[in-house]
Amino acid sequence: MIRVFVPGDMCSVALGADEVCGALALEAAKRSMAIEIVRNGSRGLFPIEPLVEIETADGRIGYGPVFPEDVKALVEAGLFEGKPHAKCVGKPEELPFFKSQTRLTFARNGISDPLSFDDYVAHGGMKGLKRALELGPVAIVDEVFQSGLRGRGGAGFPTGIKWKTVAEAAGSKKYIVCNADEGDSGTFADRMVMEGDPFQLIEGMAIAGIAVGATMGYVYIRSEYPFAVTAMEQTILTARKRGLLGKGIGGGAYDFDMEVRMGAGAYVCGEETSLLESLEGKRGLVRAKPPLPAHKGLFGKPTVINNVLSLAAVPYILAEGFAAYRDYGMGRSRGTMPIQLAGNIKNGGLYETPFGVTLGEIVNVIGGGTDSGRPVRAVQVGGPLGAYFPPSLFDTPFDYEAFAAKDGLIGHAGVTVFDDTADMLKQARFAMEFCAVESCGKCTPCRIGSTRGVEVLDKIAAGEDAEANLVLIEDLCHTMKLGSLCALGGFTPYPVMSALTHFPEDFGRPKPQLEAAE
Amino acid sequence: MPDYIAWSPEKAVEVIGAEADKEGALMPILHALVRTFGWVPDEAVPLIAGILNLSRADVHGTLTFYHDFRRHPAPRHVVKLCQAEACQARGSVALTAHAEQKLGTKIDAHGHTHGAVSLEPIYCLGLCASGPNALVDGRPHARLTPDRFDALMAETVR
Repeated sequence: MIRVFVPGDMCSVALGADEVCGALALEAAKRSMAIEIVRNGSRGLFPIEPLVEIETADGRIGYGPVFPEDVKALVEAGLFEGKPHAKCVGKPEELPFFKSQTRLTFARNGISDPLSFDDYVAHGGMKGLKRALELGPVAIVDEVFQSGLRGRGGAGFPTGIKWKTVAEAAGSKKYIVCNADEGDSGTFADRMVMEGDPFQLIEGMAIAGIAVGATMGYVYIRSEYPFAVTAMEQTILTARKRGLLGKGIGGGAYDFDMEVRMGAGAYVCGEETSLLESLEGKRGLVRAKPPLPAHKGLFGKPTVINNVLSLAAVPYILAEGFAAYRDYGMGRSRGTMPIQLAGNIKNGGLYETPFGVTLGEIVNVIGGGTDSGRPVRAVQVGGPLGAYFPPSLFDTPFDYEAFAAKDGLIGHAGVTVFDDTADMLKQARFAMEFCAVESCGKCTPCRIGSTRGVEVLDKIAAGEDAEANLVLIEDLCHTMKLGSLCALGGFTPYPVMSALTHFPEDFGRPKPQLEAAE
Repeated sequence: MPDYIAWSPEKAVEVIGAEADKEGALMPILHALVRTFGWVPDEAVPLIAGILNLSRADVHGTLTFYHDFRRHPAPRHVVKLCQAEACQARGSVALTAHAEQKLGTKIDAHGHTHGAVSLEPIYCLGLCASGPNALVDGRPHARLTPDRFDALMAETVR
């Protein structure tokens, strides 16, 4: 039996992976060869997807990108024996893109069979839960606090403090809510965790449940991720059968169960209080804080609400001890960050690395520059609410505080590259337009400010009283930033103002002179 | 295209009932109705309100807040083209213009269709290194070019 790996990852399928499986099965049948096709997650380098891997005595040999029409010739050239071919990439883990990564959260992604519990355990799963059961709630919270883990959804709030607050809150029932409403363009790490290593997220949520005394969890997944929904639903069923969910999880004294809930195409539901409203069956209107969700969250009960990447980092921290995680990183940004290379970039994909790598290294060295081969003009970091960085700021290290100091944010670590054909006035207008489409409508600066922002930027584009309107847009951004209830209205000024500050020539202002070297 | 069944209040009550005992049941119910019928007619609002003991206004509010809950019968084919930044950086603006011309319709969030195909915006499928991306009748497609889009449409509308 020859084991063949073809990712079932949504991106690989969008590139033809299902048809590749069909073609491989056909070619094998013609030759009366017995093959087993495993639908693994993607390893995370998309230019070589669909990546077909063959298990050989010498390890796994990869071929990519393999399209359905390539299969016949590849099989004739000896694909099933792992023989050389122009499309052969050798052992995938030896590729520089993968070799230079530090994969803690993504250690199993692309390697194990995502739907197999036994494979999960064989690749180191369940160790975190086992140690969590030995430690008990107070020590788990301390372990997560000591690891320095900060909320990976974007806000960067220390996860340990959040958990401690919920653990100490009084409540007849408590919840763990996983925010899998990964709506930011340029991000896909949550999707890859759910599709490629779903048991890890369940284990992380179960550990959180033990830590704070919660017995029920929800993972709120956006409807744009149908593959992740299916993978999580299937995995939850398996987890119940195998004792990772239900009564006495992992053989201990704690009960925890969870369900998948699906979003319905509202970007604002990625904001935590809006997400909670949506889970309760209401319009996704943002709640004023306080009260914090940690005190009054889902159905008014104390609730831990964490991003997928935060919860998925927990099994490693518990299994290996907080120091193993904390010792990576820089400053107050500890551990690793799964960076997502997106947009017009040659080596697009998932790159997990300790904090501290510079933006320039990410874009030019790891990412290999633009896919179009044209010069990089701007890089938007942190999704639609993140700032546009010009190449002159490429020395900024990937760190929460360093990005804030440059009037930007790392957000969910999506890095979207634009080449020199980008019109930054149009990008600024899109930011306002997107905010107008997705605003929940509760607060005025966001609801009305975004629509006015589009109008004012249109006037600037038309050359109508440009200088006065530029002053107006700056003033409007100031109001939105300080006056909005949540990050949608509050952060839309980041892309708008960064476009204006770093690319004034697109707004009819003079181009900035290059600063003299110090 | 998915196999939807024609709207029937009896079937709707069955679908609603199957989800009604969940915590925060309204979203799962609305999703289940869309999965079954392809849309949620206004007629469903009092049915849901009655079963969940909510006001009609509450149900109407949730139904109308979310982009996914169609309030008109589903078109035969739905093409959702990503309009977000990462796809913009890879040529989605030009592809959208091509698609609008090809299909003879404007991209429209409300899914009003002028032919067999409804062209709708979607904001990010999370395939951001391989754009421009689309969902065609629920199936994902990446690295689209005008030619690949035309081929896809030829396969879809037969």
